[in-house]
Amino acid sequence: MNKPGIDWHARAIQVAFLAGVIALWYLVGATGKINTVFLPELPRVIEKFGQIVQTSRLYENLRVTLTELVAAFAIASTLGLTVGYFVGRSRYAALVFEPLLAGLFAIPLIVFLPLFILFFGIGMESKIAFGASYAFFPIALNTIGGISQVDPRFVTVARSMGANDAQLFRRVLLPAALPVIVTGLRMGCIIAFLSILGSEMIAGLRGLGSRVAALAEGMNTAEMFAYIVFVILLAALLNTMLTKMQRRFSEAGQAP
Amino acid sequence: MTDATLKAATDAGTPSWREMLAKSPGKARLLVVIATFIVWEIAGHTVLDPHFLSPPSAIVGALPRILSDLGVQKALWASFYELIIAFAIAIVAGVAIGLAVGLHRFTFRSSLPLILLLYSIPQVTILPLFVLYFGIGAGSKIAFGVSHGIFPIMLNVIAGVQSVDDAHLTAARAMGATRMQIIRRVVLPHMTPSLFAGLRLAMSGTLLGVLLAELYVSQGGIGYYSRVFADSFDPPATFALVTCLAVMAILLNESVRRAERRASFWRTHQR
Repeated sequence: MNKPGIDWHARAIQVAFLAGVIALWYLVGATGKINTVFLPELPRVIEKFGQIVQTSRLYENLRVTLTELVAAFAIASTLGLTVGYFVGRSRYAALVFEPLLAGLFAIPLIVFLPLFILFFGIGMESKIAFGASYAFFPIALNTIGGISQVDPRFVTVARSMGANDAQLFRRVLLPAALPVIVTGLRMGCIIAFLSILGSEMIAGLRGLGSRVAALAEGMNTAEMFAYIVFVILLAALLNTMLTKMQRRFSEAGQAP
Repeated sequence: MTDATLKAATDAGTPSWREMLAKSPGKARLLVVIATFIVWEIAGHTVLDPHFLSPPSAIVGALPRILSDLGVQKALWASFYELIIAFAIAIVAGVAIGLAVGLHRFTFRSSLPLILLLYSIPQVTILPLFVLYFGIGAGSKIAFGVSHGIFPIMLNVIAGVQSVDDAHLTAARAMGATRMQIIRRVVLPHMTPSLFAGLRLAMSGTLLGVLLAELYVSQGGIGYYSRVFADSFDPPATFALVTCLAVMAILLNESVRRAERRASFWRTHQR
């Protein structure tokens, strides 16, 4: 991941593997030996996929999930960057608060999900709150890490040349800490996405996660597979976008 | 740096306190935790709605109540059992696959892309499939826990094996070590730090997987009870349950740390 450029060898293996899985899926389905509830036939799933991308239901659910993700990420990054900046700027505060945040992050927040639902209702608010509280930690922790690892000599040099707080932040702290912070933002975004999907699945009325759960309950496996494929493609797209963004920022940060 | 030190110290009061806190961030941290609990306790009795965030004293009070409940006892054991089994499977399978992939150039080049591909799948989305294939009992929770825990172990073992110095391998081979001896005497000791970093990540991953699956569908387990308590407007019980869970996680984490210290004793001898 830290090497720029694409590893064609790895890509070829991944494509070949996927092709193999799809072929196997098709062949197993064609023999008719496996119950279609457990593994629907591939052509049926493709057909369903073609159908669902034409329904407004998919886009309505997609809109709900993406809105939740954007809101959760906005809240988490605002809070995470602010807390991270103020804690990371002082070595002492970093020593006091960093282990506390790391310890809290180690508690599986997922057990509190029923309380979130109780507090914020079964709609979008509970998913936003849950996603934001999960995503807050990697963002805050990486911001602390990024800012506190800036070489103190840079700060001293900038100060001795008469930089004020704003200049110090813009010209020294931000560029030096940016790669680590961006990694945190990327992790936060993915964690927010996963926890939103998970909370929708456990208790939700709308959104991609609750749609998958509803189809699973109805034993409508072919359509469920189609939805799962859609979500996996969405996640891959999100991941690619985040990787591109991260690469741009880390290059900008390391540029001499 | 200094102004924050001073500020933190002035919060504490007298000059002797100030010095003590400035010297040991650990004590300041403890103070922050205690202050949080005090504020929480006071807020719990005044502004907060007791239906949602109960004060710490109520949570401590709820502990004996839920622990004496037979159903909860069973649930704690069930979750603990699922967690341990899933963690054990993840360790055995993860280390075996990691070694197999990491030790040979061919398997490394051909399998690592596949592992990364599988790792990039958002696992929550396929949770219904786990339930479909493994049933609503302990099986699906264990399987989902394994699928969360195995990746950090595999990837860290692979990274650890890759970091073994070629000179050490050549030397061992030159002295006539067999393949098993090389693995036992050179590779395994070398990758302990990386392996244990993976184990700790896998620990929280497995816990997350088990709890997610329990919350999704189950007839027992901590996830199930946290839902029951929330549905019956009993937040002190939920928090008490989370306290038990935290103790469980800390115990497991601590045993991993102990094992790490034991496994890496030779490092301290060396340096």
